[in-house]
Amino acid sequence: MPETNSQASGHGATQAIDYASFPDARGRFGDYGGRYVAETLMGPIEELAAAYEKYRNDPGFVEEFESDLRDYVGRPTALYHAKRLSDLYGAEIWLKREDLNHTGAHKINNALGQALLAKRMGKTRIIAETGAGQHGVATATVAARLGIECVVYMGADDIQRQAPNVFRMRLLGAKVVPVDSGSRTLKDALNEAMRDWVTNVDDTFYIIGTVAGPAPYPMMVRDFQSVIGREARAQMLEKTGDLPDQVVACVGGGSNAIGIFHEFLPDDSVELHGSEAGGEGVESGRHAAPLTAGRPGVLHGNRTYLMEDENGQIIGTHSISAGLDYPGVGPEHSWLKDIGRVEYAAITDDQAMAAFHDVMRCEGIIPAIESAHAVAHARVLAEAKGGQRILVNLSGRGDKDINTVARLEGIEL
Amino acid sequence: MTETTVQSNSRLGSRFTALSAENRAALIPYITAGDPSPKATVALMHALVAGGADALEIGVPFSDPMADGPVIQQAHERALKSGLGLRGVLDLVAEFRQKDAETPVVLMGYQNPIEAMGLQAFADRAASVGVDGVLTVDLPPEEADELVEVFGKSGIDPIFLLAPTTSGERTRAVAARGSGFVYYVSLKGVTGAANLDVDALGAQLIRIRETCDLPVGVGFGIRDAQTAGRVAAVADAVIVGSAIVKLIHESAQGPDEVDQAVLDKVEGFVAEMRSAVNAARK
Repeated sequence: MPETNSQASGHGATQAIDYASFPDARGRFGDYGGRYVAETLMGPIEELAAAYEKYRNDPGFVEEFESDLRDYVGRPTALYHAKRLSDLYGAEIWLKREDLNHTGAHKINNALGQALLAKRMGKTRIIAETGAGQHGVATATVAARLGIECVVYMGADDIQRQAPNVFRMRLLGAKVVPVDSGSRTLKDALNEAMRDWVTNVDDTFYIIGTVAGPAPYPMMVRDFQSVIGREARAQMLEKTGDLPDQVVACVGGGSNAIGIFHEFLPDDSVELHGSEAGGEGVESGRHAAPLTAGRPGVLHGNRTYLMEDENGQIIGTHSISAGLDYPGVGPEHSWLKDIGRVEYAAITDDQAMAAFHDVMRCEGIIPAIESAHAVAHARVLAEAKGGQRILVNLSGRGDKDINTVARLEGIEL
Repeated sequence: MTETTVQSNSRLGSRFTALSAENRAALIPYITAGDPSPKATVALMHALVAGGADALEIGVPFSDPMADGPVIQQAHERALKSGLGLRGVLDLVAEFRQKDAETPVVLMGYQNPIEAMGLQAFADRAASVGVDGVLTVDLPPEEADELVEVFGKSGIDPIFLLAPTTSGERTRAVAARGSGFVYYVSLKGVTGAANLDVDALGAQLIRIRETCDLPVGVGFGIRDAQTAGRVAAVADAVIVGSAIVKLIHESAQGPDEVDQAVLDKVEGFVAEMRSAVNAARK
């Protein structure tokens, strides 16, 4: 029984926090979150918050979401004991196979939930931002299924890096708009999507792809993604009779991590670890690890840890993985860091690429480079403690990354 | 030069009082500080005043200007190339104040640079250099408790936005928290967006004034003297941004090329708008 493992140990006495009571009425997780947007968006955001409040516990909505997760997305996803990888790393490694979802990543859980909400709100147009393209593909997919117009904003540099996903979105009928401003990556795509939303507030629903943005997005996206952790926790108990010692997930904006962590938050015996993109190493300055090396500020509608300079300008990030290449992070992660419930560490490009190959050769699974950061982190934890039972969220599959990997290795496809 | 310390009533209050007596709307041009270069900014500010500006709105460059359209986004990017930050903008206001102690100056920007500097440090310095109002685009009144309190003690007016999507109830809340004036975003969109519908504007302003006693400035989508004149007939202030930023960018040959010819052109453009504003209620 899980209860027998629940006494606080290892990482200190966390007082009983009712994690389900966060965020508060103002959309805050401690000092983080909130609603920092221009006035034009306040009305539409209040409308969204009211609609979500109405439907989140509405039996008809919940039933439609759950049946679509089952029959369209293909949930529950498998929990898989990676035995050869376990031998290699010296720990018992379990993979939560979000890569097996329709469209190949966890992103569809949230895109589906928000699209169903958009439909209920009578919105006729959906917009989204995307970095690696996984959220864009997921959004284009659900929009096609519902017959709703879809526009996806994507940084011009990311369009280069993720050409297969761009083509996939176009095949699904979405319009992909390249964003040439700023650093031409995910943060700029988010800026541009916000500008679209402020211009087309009457008919448009903005499906944010991660647990960031103005309230209620961080909570809403968390709720839609927390199915990952609910399944994984039950599957671990069923397959091993016990909870994992550690749960590991990569953190860009942090939606797959919140998704798997949330159900485990009250389990004091379970350590939670988030893997940020360490790029070429935190000391090099070329990384995307705001929780490890940033400080709190305000961007994209919420207060959270950011990568910024002394003037409060957001600074350029670097990661081999487009999906982690973001200077901010969801506000709930900022809070979980500050209260010490989750530990965050930076995993470098090189560590992630080594893990990418390990997973392929030991397990015959192509992980997304994003997810490979979590696998690499599991290796670090295994080396530090050894013999632990580690649950890793394999948040997406890496077919989209093979061009990047080939380029790194000097191979022309 | 006299060191001007703005007290609880900033220059905005007396300026709007005087304009009301004249039965005329204020003309408030906007430029982005540091575009095309920090050294051009003070000269441009004086040119705007020479052309007939009643107050100035100065954009604080930010890496992620989410509420701005392409014209002002690019101005922010040009300004950031010189490394100009919020402290540098305040230094430019101090330099402007050496020759102009009268014209109200409002800073318009985003929340993160203020947080990075520290709210109290920012307010102290802003007050001492003679900033009159601050509009933080991504800080709605709900998140502004601390800012309103600190600004109140520093004699700076917190300027808030109203939008076509703002409910009557929120209008009341915004009016209660702000001072100086409120800035009505006249259309759904970003700065520099499509032309605004002046006929609809009149009706919207009547609705706003039912719950808001502050002067109402109108911005977004005012591109030429004719539109400025029509807005001035119904609003308390006309705010013109992208059109001026575009004019400066197209006239200047580069960061070091804001010469007298460019200043004259900017002054002339503002003078034309000012004539239209003067004539609006005649």
